[in-house]
Amino acid sequence: MPEKILDSFTVKRLDILDEKGNADEALMPSISNEDIRRFYEMMLLARTFDQRALNLQREGRIGTYASIFGQEASQIGSALALERTDWVFPSFRENGVYIALGHPPYKILQYWGGDERGLVTEKGLNIFPVCIPVATHVPHAAGAAMAVKYRGDEAAVVAYFGDGGTSEGDFHEGLNFAGTFRLPAVFICQNNQWAISVPRERQTAAGTIAQKAIAYGIEGIQVDGNDIFAVYKATRQALERAKKGKGPTLIECFTYRMSDHTTADDASRYRTKEEVDLWKSRDPLLRLKLFMEKKDLWTEEYQKEAEAKARSAVDEAEKKAESVERPDPRDMFNYTYGKLTQRQQQELKDF
Amino acid sequence: MPKLNMVQAINLALKEEMQRDKDVVVLGEDVGRDGGVFRITEGLLAQFGPDRVVDTPLAESVIVGASIGMAVYGLKPVAEVQFEGFIYPAVDQISNHASRIRSRSRGRHTVPLVIRTPYGVGIKAPEHHSESCEAIFCHMPGIKVVMPASPYYAKGLLISSIRDPDPVIFLESTRLYRLLREEVPEGEYTVPLEKARVVQEGKDVTIISWGFMLHRTLEAVEDIDAEVIDLMTLNPFDEETVYQSVKKTGRVVIVNEAPKTGSFGSEISASIAESAMLYLKGPILRVASCDVVLPLPKLEDYYAPTAERIKKAISEVMKY
Ligand SMILES: Cc1ncc(C[n+]2csc(CCOP(=O)(O)OP(=O)(O)O)c2C)c(N)n1
Ligand SMILES: [Mg+2]
Repeated sequence: MPEKILDSFTVKRLDILDEKGNADEALMPSISNEDIRRFYEMMLLARTFDQRALNLQREGRIGTYASIFGQEASQIGSALALERTDWVFPSFRENGVYIALGHPPYKILQYWGGDERGLVTEKGLNIFPVCIPVATHVPHAAGAAMAVKYRGDEAAVVAYFGDGGTSEGDFHEGLNFAGTFRLPAVFICQNNQWAISVPRERQTAAGTIAQKAIAYGIEGIQVDGNDIFAVYKATRQALERAKKGKGPTLIECFTYRMSDHTTADDASRYRTKEEVDLWKSRDPLLRLKLFMEKKDLWTEEYQKEAEAKARSAVDEAEKKAESVERPDPRDMFNYTYGKLTQRQQQELKDF
Repeated sequence: MPKLNMVQAINLALKEEMQRDKDVVVLGEDVGRDGGVFRITEGLLAQFGPDRVVDTPLAESVIVGASIGMAVYGLKPVAEVQFEGFIYPAVDQISNHASRIRSRSRGRHTVPLVIRTPYGVGIKAPEHHSESCEAIFCHMPGIKVVMPASPYYAKGLLISSIRDPDPVIFLESTRLYRLLREEVPEGEYTVPLEKARVVQEGKDVTIISWGFMLHRTLEAVEDIDAEVIDLMTLNPFDEETVYQSVKKTGRVVIVNEAPKTGSFGSEISASIAESAMLYLKGPILRVASCDVVLPLPKLEDYYAPTAERIKKAISEVMKY
């Protein structure tokens, strides 16, 4: 008997805004000029924050820090597509997502300064705390999406993780589960090409991460992760699908980690300057700026104002983070269980 | 003789064993090109090539699971798990397979595997980078657990672990990596597993510790006639050395970095109570971390035993 083709698949890729600032008008999501400026200013704020955090780490004023430099469009574009009712499950590199969703930047500094309270979001801001064990939060997102479905809520759940994360069993289990139950989940992989020193090619023999969706029977797409319009549009569509009961989507944001993995890393040990330089020309802010300039949305003066605004927001965050009083050592007892155990009471007495 | 820190000593052990035995391979996240996030495997890729020093995908279960397959086939893998806090995806492989394949196959197959992983407080890192979870692995018959406290012993113990026919979890204190240097001979020497060492002799009190906590202990005993034991291998532990000392001093303090409840110190305490109770002058005291989720850096210093707390426990037992 001859071999049959049971099915065949394609892998989608979305690009809207190129490096020179030209947008494919047919693909442009519908966003107002005001929103375009908001996108830009938010990316600027995220970058300003990020550079400051790196400086503060160098000065020993916060601890190890994971930079988002280069990934601003992936983070801001996806976060700004969300609605207040949606839930976010971040990994450890989502500082831009936090900022875009309105978590006060001083708290992000507080967290990286080694204080759990920095992760406490205000009521109504549905961001789950930072997850450091890679990909272990993907099943949480699937579970939360199941709860959304169970309650019949008008919401979706978004998980963020890296290219390295797609190698973990939990990635597979989470996506498989979400696909099986057609859950309202969106899985955003920021493929920044590196997992510390390990290049993307060493994570999988697959040509893209997006195509992994095929095996789970869910929607998958690769987008130019340095193109905020593409990221925004793909996220919007995925959220819509999720909320309409059409199941989960895996979005691969094809981007680049411009910084070291964290401040504890030295990327020059394992990657070339040429590679980094190549990605400099693909900068997400630069291309949006060029686009805005063509549309008369950008002037030198506007740039100065926007920079000043970002700087003062970050100045304020820094000041506020440093004036937060130290956590009470007893808090480590207070939050381990709902109430103190007999043993903890004794330990506190001896404290 | 060169003075090396623990990073260099472990690196040297790996290098020498790989030179001596072509079956020894190293695998893990970032162990190749980057030389490991703590530089433990620095230079190994250049010297031994990518077939023997393997940068793996980011997946602990397969790092350990594949190592088991290699080991059963006859290789001697040394797997690195980047931090002990990230070993949990591999615990299924460790507990359900590495520990049991000898038994399951009635000795037909063995798993000569070493899993190296950094643990412990002291470097003020983000969440999950500072725990000390040795007790979990001590509760898996078939697994040996080794925790070196200095460069010399790290090298000798690692070589013994690699040559051991059974799986060994080799826990390295991040705080100790660069804390001290000592003379570490080049070339062949081993420190036997399952043997404790008496670091200093004394007659008033026995203090048992391992890993980084040994150094806090040594700080605490400066003006006390204490017998200090570095356990080195936790499971199986050297009962003879421990009981002998207890019989001599009649007082015991156990210092470990893990939270007190269910810590390995508890096992030692119970064993002493069973085997040497009648020699004791007073209660056995455990100095351990608080029974809490390990806090982020701002509160980290409140968590683990300090020399102060160890001293307090010693003066407590000295009342008897
Ligand atoms: C389970 C687990 N293993 C190892 C680590 C150590 N580690 C932290 S980040 C990282 C690389 C992550 O790469 P990727 O998923 O691509 O995310 P990126 O850092 O590029 O954002 C590793 C190995 C970890 N945090 N969790
Ligand atoms: Mg990555």
